[in-house]
Amino acid sequence: MTEVTDPGSGAAGVPVDARPVKLACRNVWKLFGANAANFIRERDGRASMADVAAAGLVGAVRAVDLEIRQGEIFIIMGLSGSGKSTLVRCMSRLVEPSHGKVEFEGKDLLKISDAALIELRRHRMGMVFQNFALLPHLNVLDNIAFPLSIQGQDRATREARAREVIDLVGLRGREHFYPRELSGGQQQRVGIARSLATKPEIWFLDEPFSALDPLIRREMQDELMRLQTMLHKTIVFITHDFDEAIRLADRIAIMKDGAVIQIGSPEELVVNPATDYVAEFTRDVDRAKVISARSLMRACDGAEHGGTVTPEAKIASFSAGIVSAGKPFAVVNDTGKPIGEVTPQAVIDLLAGIERAGAGA
Amino acid sequence: MTVTASASETRPPVQRWLAVWAIALAAVLLVFLLQDSIPWAVNYPAGAIIPVADWVGALMVWIKSNLSWLTRSITAVLGVPLDFALNLLAKNFRIGHGAEAFTLPRLSWVGVCAVAFLAGHAAGGRKLSLLVGGCFVYIALFGQWTSAMLTLALISIAVPFCIVTGLFAGIWAWRKPWAERLIVSPALDLMQTIPTFAYLIPMLLLFGNSPVSAMIATAIFATPPMVRATMLGLSRVPLEIGEFSDMAGCTARQKLWRVLLPSARPALMVGVNQVIMLALNMVIIASMIGAGGLGYDVLLALRALKVGEAMEAGLAIVALAIALDRLSQAIAHKQAKGHVHQAVSPSLWRRYPTLTLAIAILAATTLLGLFVPAFASVPKAITFTTAPLWKAAVNWVTVNFFDFIEAFRVALILNVLNPLRAFCEGFPWLGAVFLLGLAGYQLSGLRLAALVAVLTAFCAITGLWEKTMATVYLCGISAFIACLIGIPIGLMAARSDRFEKIVTPIIDTLQVLPSFCFIIPVVMLFRVGDVTAMIATIAFAVVPAIRYTNHGIRQVPPALIEAGKVSGCTPRQTFFRVQLPLALPEIMLGVNQTILMALAMVIICAMVGTRDLGQEVFIALSKADPGRGIVAGLAIAFIGIVADRLFGAWTAKARARLG
Repeated sequence: MTEVTDPGSGAAGVPVDARPVKLACRNVWKLFGANAANFIRERDGRASMADVAAAGLVGAVRAVDLEIRQGEIFIIMGLSGSGKSTLVRCMSRLVEPSHGKVEFEGKDLLKISDAALIELRRHRMGMVFQNFALLPHLNVLDNIAFPLSIQGQDRATREARAREVIDLVGLRGREHFYPRELSGGQQQRVGIARSLATKPEIWFLDEPFSALDPLIRREMQDELMRLQTMLHKTIVFITHDFDEAIRLADRIAIMKDGAVIQIGSPEELVVNPATDYVAEFTRDVDRAKVISARSLMRACDGAEHGGTVTPEAKIASFSAGIVSAGKPFAVVNDTGKPIGEVTPQAVIDLLAGIERAGAGA
Repeated sequence: MTVTASASETRPPVQRWLAVWAIALAAVLLVFLLQDSIPWAVNYPAGAIIPVADWVGALMVWIKSNLSWLTRSITAVLGVPLDFALNLLAKNFRIGHGAEAFTLPRLSWVGVCAVAFLAGHAAGGRKLSLLVGGCFVYIALFGQWTSAMLTLALISIAVPFCIVTGLFAGIWAWRKPWAERLIVSPALDLMQTIPTFAYLIPMLLLFGNSPVSAMIATAIFATPPMVRATMLGLSRVPLEIGEFSDMAGCTARQKLWRVLLPSARPALMVGVNQVIMLALNMVIIASMIGAGGLGYDVLLALRALKVGEAMEAGLAIVALAIALDRLSQAIAHKQAKGHVHQAVSPSLWRRYPTLTLAIAILAATTLLGLFVPAFASVPKAITFTTAPLWKAAVNWVTVNFFDFIEAFRVALILNVLNPLRAFCEGFPWLGAVFLLGLAGYQLSGLRLAALVAVLTAFCAITGLWEKTMATVYLCGISAFIACLIGIPIGLMAARSDRFEKIVTPIIDTLQVLPSFCFIIPVVMLFRVGDVTAMIATIAFAVVPAIRYTNHGIRQVPPALIEAGKVSGCTPRQTFFRVQLPLALPEIMLGVNQTILMALAMVIICAMVGTRDLGQEVFIALSKADPGRGIVAGLAIAFIGIVADRLFGAWTAKARARLG
């Protein structure tokens, strides 16, 4: 394996908020219907849902503003028909937005020429599809080498690179199989390997695991996390599965009816849902796995501590210990200085699902 | 439109339509009864006939005399590969002139048969190998080798031409929706409904009586399915695959040639199979304008009423058709199933063992043919002819069953065919225009009504009304009987898997036979005339009625049948109340196809002495009168289009109601 980390994105240690913005949507609209572009331009990029409906248009993506930072896993979550697939296609310009800006490293993607777009897609973007989108007439090796082949790389170079990524996703020995001879999970590994072959900086995954069985899906999620710890790509991941979103995300954007209704870390969404709709999603989440010590801590009141945890530690990681110790745990920062404490009662309340005033941030 | 839209929802409008139809029929009846006082409404007045035929004729003559440089150069260019194929397979190469000329032999028949076995084996295993190889050996042993190879040579040049043209036309239509709507679709409809005979006339005029004109006619006739297959295949490539190619940074050209077309390969192969079969069908018919080969043998034998020889050549066509169809289908099937990995090996010989072996065998046997005459041409000693046998069989049947057959024939003519014919030919043209227009209006609206009325009126104002109605009568009764036979068979096949297993290979074979072949056995028994035409047409047109009925019943979702059973339906009730209504649109589609196929066949039956539009085309062909032939051909096409559109609208309505 020659490629362990991506040299362009050595931002692993830097907190997400401090990293540069890789891709940004600025008031992006996608409307379907006659004269959709004119409609939104005349209104200066502002229209209510009622306006859109009154004009006989369908608002697939409405006024989306978001920033995706280098090296983060940004998940766009929504039910079917919420516009998440259209939004990711606007970001890659597979779908031409009706209005707004899509900025890739600060440059407006919608203004660049077709040739520049092709260049960008060839070298800097990769995409994985829900139904794999493998070419049925090519074997695994040729499928993975295909994006390199259309760039004009010679056979030896592109096959060497293809074999690297085949090793990376664990498909060695299957190079000469054709897609229909592989299981769904293996096919998606080919899809992933193919999108990584060009060493993209930004990686779009459009419901990559939705067509897979639940067990395989979990395995593939672990696989994705493993790859990400090595590669540190900027990932835009689409899903309709909130559990999947929580497992993988640095940040999640929740979409409804074409609009983004909340963006935040899994913990923020669970602790502070912006609307009832978001709260509805988060209701069945295993809160102990999402909420960290920082959210549950209170100021120290001088009691004896049974142990210490970091502010980022999830409750689930120390809940057994704190309950059996029966004493509060100190929450300590990098220098080892206590900044608060978590009581066993707060943990028990959380696990039991009891809301109490004062518990939580 | 509002009337038709509400007609399906509420009761009163339906009754209003009943009243409208009663009045309309009464009016037409009145016109018919008053024909002495208003004769122009029944028989189109001869004085008002628009001489479209003369205009078309003049135009063709002008093209011929002014564009001869073009037609000559096309002939010259196409002649090169065609001659090569003809020489390679059938005629031997002759190099040089006069005394010092020497001949390079054609491919040895032993080699070609061996390659047929090999190709069958490569495409579908031992069974297919025996079938395909057996067909070729059969052709050789029954003394039809040279004719069959002439036919095969024409096909082998026409088919790649059709595939390439069809592919590009299909791509263009797929890229430009306006081109598809305004140019390609109407052109395809017309190309597929104009009878095959009508193609031959302008070709004869422009390119003369030669294999080249036969090849061009074949190419025009056989291209449409490739265009359709390309359009269909490209539009069915999953959206994600197109998106992937964009994201990989493909240029438009790379996207088309390296992603979309390869992904559409299974659909394209289905198109190729259809092209081959249509080309075979047309090459047989094109023997009338110089294609030669098996079709010419049949034609000569039929003209001389040598049923034995006709039957022999006909069976050779059947053998060729079955071999080509099964082979190309097996290849298409293999494509659809997708690839299987295999060890890669560097040498060409290892990678394509069958191909290398085939070339080696062909070269070896052909070389051997230089020294051993038995390899060069099929030795007389091992061929045998069945012509006397067929002749004896026919004689025996005529001697022993003459009375019975004749009684059947006469009874059919007197009691069914003649009255119906009289009714059709006496039908007022104005009434027909009016009634068909009304039907079009009820089914779809003003546009369809106008189209149907104009096309019907065309047949009258060109002075072809009586012949048109003669065609409608023969086609109508044949299609009716074909449905009467085909739909029950289809229903039975749908209810019993065992019966379906018996029926499927039979209709598969019936479907690949060139239309010519259906005439031969019938004409042996019933001689020339309407009865022969009718029976041959029924045999030809029965296939879609069976196929679509069977498929329609079988595709009813099992959940609905289960729902019926759970609500307590008896099997009978399930069939009549659930399956049949849901399958009706599909069955109607089958009826539609049956009518179109009957129309195509009725025209070819002009060879056995019908008196309809087909005869008009046939006469025009023998007189090389392009105007007359093309106008009659258009009239036939318009009958087909009218029937197709009305049925299509009806089916669409039935589908819409079922949701």
